[in-house]
Amino acid sequence: MKAIVCVKQVPDTSGVVAVKEDGTMDRAAMATITNHDDLAAVEAALRIKDATGCKVVVVSMGPPPAEGMLRELLAMGCDEAVLVSAREFGGSDTYATSQILAAAIKKIGVEEDDVIFCGRQAIDGDTAQVGPQIAEKLHVPQVSYVAEITVEGKSVTVKRLLEDGYMTIKVATPCLLTCVKELNPARYMSVGGIMECYQKPLEVYNYETLKDDPLIDVDTIGLKGSPTNVYKSFSPPVKGAGMMLEGADKAAVDKLVGLLDEKHII
Amino acid sequence: MDLHLSKEHEMLRKMYRDFAENEVKPLAEWVDENEAFPEETVKKMAKLGMMGIYFPKEYGGAGADVLSYVMAVEEMSKVCGTTGVIISAHTSLCAAPIFENGTEEQKKKYLPKLCSGEWIGAFGLTEPGAGTDAQGQQTTAVKNENGDWVLNGSKIFITNAGYANVFIIIAITGVSTDKKGRKKKEISSFIVERTDKGFSVGKHEKKMGIRGSSTCELIMEDCVIPGDRLLGKQGKGFSIAMKTLDGGRIGIASQALGLAEGAIEETIKYTKERVQFGRRISQFQNTQFQLADMYAKTEAAKWLVYSAAMKKQNHEPYSMDAAMAKLVAAETASDVTRRCVQLFGGYGYTREYPVERMMRDAKITEIYEGTSEVQRMVISANLGVN
Repeated sequence: MKAIVCVKQVPDTSGVVAVKEDGTMDRAAMATITNHDDLAAVEAALRIKDATGCKVVVVSMGPPPAEGMLRELLAMGCDEAVLVSAREFGGSDTYATSQILAAAIKKIGVEEDDVIFCGRQAIDGDTAQVGPQIAEKLHVPQVSYVAEITVEGKSVTVKRLLEDGYMTIKVATPCLLTCVKELNPARYMSVGGIMECYQKPLEVYNYETLKDDPLIDVDTIGLKGSPTNVYKSFSPPVKGAGMMLEGADKAAVDKLVGLLDEKHII
Repeated sequence: MDLHLSKEHEMLRKMYRDFAENEVKPLAEWVDENEAFPEETVKKMAKLGMMGIYFPKEYGGAGADVLSYVMAVEEMSKVCGTTGVIISAHTSLCAAPIFENGTEEQKKKYLPKLCSGEWIGAFGLTEPGAGTDAQGQQTTAVKNENGDWVLNGSKIFITNAGYANVFIIIAITGVSTDKKGRKKKEISSFIVERTDKGFSVGKHEKKMGIRGSSTCELIMEDCVIPGDRLLGKQGKGFSIAMKTLDGGRIGIASQALGLAEGAIEETIKYTKERVQFGRRISQFQNTQFQLADMYAKTEAAKWLVYSAAMKKQNHEPYSMDAAMAKLVAAETASDVTRRCVQLFGGYGYTREYPVERMMRDAKITEIYEGTSEVQRMVISANLGVN
């Protein structure tokens, strides 16, 4: 078995979100981090490695500096990394990205007992679409919002974290799971891992590497192959602090109704 | 000459910083207030390879270098001086002398346990009557008829003592007469385990700073250890102890460096928030000049510390470099933390903010593993001024 984990380098939105004049995000002006949900996916894969000794391959589509992030994931314990990077891939939306990543995963090779991991969603786009689209293009079953994973031979049992509870699902491999950050806090890099990470294999897949895959076509990748057009990016207005009303009696309800009435909400 | 850190060192710094912020800083106040040895933190650090950073993998180490170790002590000390010295004493004063002087059997027996953090290490040189005057040892080791060593005496102010499993102990093994007919103590070093018969850990010291660090007395009453626990050659104990302290000084210098850097970080943050006379206090030139001076001094100390670490790594003579690094870093830490408390004003004197703890923690760096005066003796001796 091997685990293939898709990761994305994203702008650190905990700081200032820089927006260019044309309304698109100024990524160069912002610090980058590894997407939180993707780190949870890496952690989930590494826990399976701890238990079974399986190989963990991380794959990311991004500009060449994303190699730094992949080296850090190798320092956490992943075994191999693939950086999917080419000018032709730039400007891809979720549809085009999933075409390219699916082609890259096919190139890595998906075997019968493999599991593909993705983060639930990236903090820059918040679409949660890439993982499920990759699964569709690879024709493998998918489970989203995964919090816990148990591997049993050629199937995995996963616990999905839903808004109002958990759902436990058994799914046959190969499959794709999208992970949530809540229950898989990522481990730190280790000193030994850092010393080894530059010796571990990191392969770059460019357009040439993937161009023969049927998923890769000028009309399905890059800006041209992206049906999504970003109209405008902006920092949302800062919300005011909420108000907490204490008590579960009639007085509290009266106060709540009064407040809502005052603001013309009801 | 390249003053840039390698990619690996940059990555290590990031990891240490994340770890310090998330795991060490939240406990620092509690550790100080309760004189609590952060056992769980030590376990977490060990898991990441931080208890054996620069030892080879074949002995269970992380296979990194001395600079990587220095940066770990520095980053932990930025947020908690106690955590910094735990790594320093364990690594420099116990694992290092075993690695540098031990037989293959000793290295194979002790280093994997020390590097994995299963065992914690300590070093016993200081005695009630032998502090800076380390030659004034009273502890004795006598070989008995079975070939075992029998140790008698006591050690004081031993860092990590309450939690350590293995101790490097310096003791007198005989008296020799030199050419001029003067009597001279023959000093040797030994590896003593906590469970050895006749060995016990005594009184816990209540200290001004690094209050979570376990500082205790060691008592040896007819403590019998096997003959193969002699570390290095018989009679070479004093030299082993001095060389061990040379390495230890780099660790303490890193602790001092981290304390100064941590205090500056806290003070920059505070002076940008605190408003007096209608202005942020960072807008006053006194604040700006104070912080500029402090930062410049601390950076100067940093390069002395890193340079000593690189020389040790490259097997160049580094005794004088370590002494200079410790002297400058320790005096900088004391000065900087004191000035930071001043910039915080009344709040700086309270335990609500970490700078008063940092000021208390900094003072010891001018004292242990050779006082600043001893460092001056080492430096001047290297200059041939006598």
